[in-house]
Amino acid sequence: MAALVLRPGNGAPATIVLSGRLDAYSVGPLWAQAHDALRTPPNAPIVIDCSGVEYCDGAGVALLLDLLRSPRPAGAEVTIHGLADRFQRLLEQFDPKALAEAPAPPPRRISLLERVGRAGVQFADDLYRQIAFLGETASAIAHAARNPRAVRWKDALYVAEEAGVNALPIVALIGFLMGVILAFQSAVALRQFGAEVFVANLLALSLLRELGPLMTAILLAGRSGAAFAAEIGTMKVNQEVDALTTMGLDPVRFLVVTRVLAATAMTVPLVVFADLIGLIGGGVVMLTFEIPLATYYNQAVSFASVGDFLGGLVKAVVFGVLIAGIGCLRGLQTETGASAVGISATSAVVSGIVLIVAADGVFAVLYYYLDI
Amino acid sequence: MVDKPPGSRTLATPLDRGAGPAGSPDLATPPDKAAEPIIRVENLRIGFGDFVLHENVSFDVRRGEVFAILGASGSGKTVLMKNMIGLYTPLAGRVLIGGVDVARASGEARIALIKRFGVMYQLGALFGNMTLTENIRLPLEEYTDLPDEAMDLIARMKLRLVQLQGAEDLTPAEISGGMMKRAAIARAMALDPDIVFLDEPSGGLDPITSAELDQLILRLRASLGITFVVITHELPSIFTIADRCIMLDKEAKGVIAEGKPAELRDHSDNPRVRQFFNRRAEPEAAAA
Repeated sequence: MAALVLRPGNGAPATIVLSGRLDAYSVGPLWAQAHDALRTPPNAPIVIDCSGVEYCDGAGVALLLDLLRSPRPAGAEVTIHGLADRFQRLLEQFDPKALAEAPAPPPRRISLLERVGRAGVQFADDLYRQIAFLGETASAIAHAARNPRAVRWKDALYVAEEAGVNALPIVALIGFLMGVILAFQSAVALRQFGAEVFVANLLALSLLRELGPLMTAILLAGRSGAAFAAEIGTMKVNQEVDALTTMGLDPVRFLVVTRVLAATAMTVPLVVFADLIGLIGGGVVMLTFEIPLATYYNQAVSFASVGDFLGGLVKAVVFGVLIAGIGCLRGLQTETGASAVGISATSAVVSGIVLIVAADGVFAVLYYYLDI
Repeated sequence: MVDKPPGSRTLATPLDRGAGPAGSPDLATPPDKAAEPIIRVENLRIGFGDFVLHENVSFDVRRGEVFAILGASGSGKTVLMKNMIGLYTPLAGRVLIGGVDVARASGEARIALIKRFGVMYQLGALFGNMTLTENIRLPLEEYTDLPDEAMDLIARMKLRLVQLQGAEDLTPAEISGGMMKRAAIARAMALDPDIVFLDEPSGGLDPITSAELDQLILRLRASLGITFVVITHELPSIFTIADRCIMLDKEAKGVIAEGKPAELRDHSDNPRVRQFFNRRAEPEAAAA
């Protein structure tokens, strides 16, 4: 163990005697003690006697350097005596003054106005990038439509399996629970008026037009949008995207088109599946309210139109494009480092959900004016 | 007492045993009569599942020496190192660091063992969300009770040792590959461990920095008695720093040479060894 003793000088300079083993585990407690000892004769020279030091590694040297660089008036310098040669060589590698902490640049104050301006510019820049990316993707998809052989269908099938088939269990679970909860909550209220049978109308309309596409899209944004961003982001960090570019392969055509096509193609059947499972969930609740399934079915079919169903599917297509597109865009925008991939994945989910909700609002207005 | 187990840090006078290249024990001297082995590898079989990469790997690393693990690309040098530091479990045999079986150490014994060595990984493995100073401070914060300013000072000193002054507040994403390697070496030495494993420290460094790194290794060995286990391909570096080395060969599934680099270059019976040390594309004809 290391030890420190302060020996008053009585005419000669005072001495701080260090002894034992000075390493990262033992110098911690000595640090404050040594500085206190140094302050005892603030205006007189002081000697640090290291002749009893058996071992002194980087941490020990750091302590000695910290004592040496302590600001002292002229004529009250700190000197080190008796340090073994091998440790002295280690100490001499460092200039105590050069190790002083570089003065931190004064933090630049940013006014509220400037911050708002910056956020605005950032938002506009992001919007511009999204529009440019949309154009790039549309152009690449148009190219793919003209040259279907140029599309990497094997990759697209893999994405379709990952984003579509493997999402069936979670879509089924959420769809079923949504149907059950919606039916139960509305049936309890409608029973007071003896109108439980109209639960079928409510379910059919809300699931087909709104909730089926919306909930499926939000699930996909969390599941596949994040996965696309993380996968492409990791490729970006590993310079795989650079490699594609220098091979003359457009990353948008190579990575984005397959994902957008596959995810969009999968969103439609997933929404149909969610609608169906939701309606089945509602039917199960209706049975407990003593409404036969045939009545429930007839009521639902007679009320909801094919237009409602198709309107929901059109939304699904747009949501699919948005989720896959924003996931890929965030992936391609990934900066360097492991944390950048996390930021991209988070951003893909948040932007995806915002875009889905915004698009849903646009559809609501559009369908109202088109009388769908 | 728990964080400083008496058995694990018995290096009260490690420096007295630190043998420089000039003072290296003669190869003919059996290891147990030379400097005390700090790492002992016994009949190690390494690989993955049914795939055996190397068998019957046995060697000692002596306290205070610079020991090089050599071999062609893909010969399993890094896998051997990962078995030595406990990241992989050997298929058979054992690795002892200071008498402790690396694969079997657990709990407090494992923590004590881990504190005895630092590792520089091939790609740096710096934490991307931390600055270089924070990377070096991390082991100090976790294992010591040093005050904040002491940890900052030590971090700056370590960075200065590897010529990275001025880069203290940069993150790994903001520095070059060579700087990342040097920062990783600085982090491996944060706690001034007894043993430092370096996986290709010179790879990707310019010749000047590479030579400076060699000098740094020799200086740290001389002043602190640190034992270095270095995986490297760089011939000039091998001849400058390594006291002894082993050479792994994928086809032979084991160690094909052990000894001083210069002696192996000039006198090895194995054509592959001479080919490696003399940097030839084709194996030379059998030695006359």
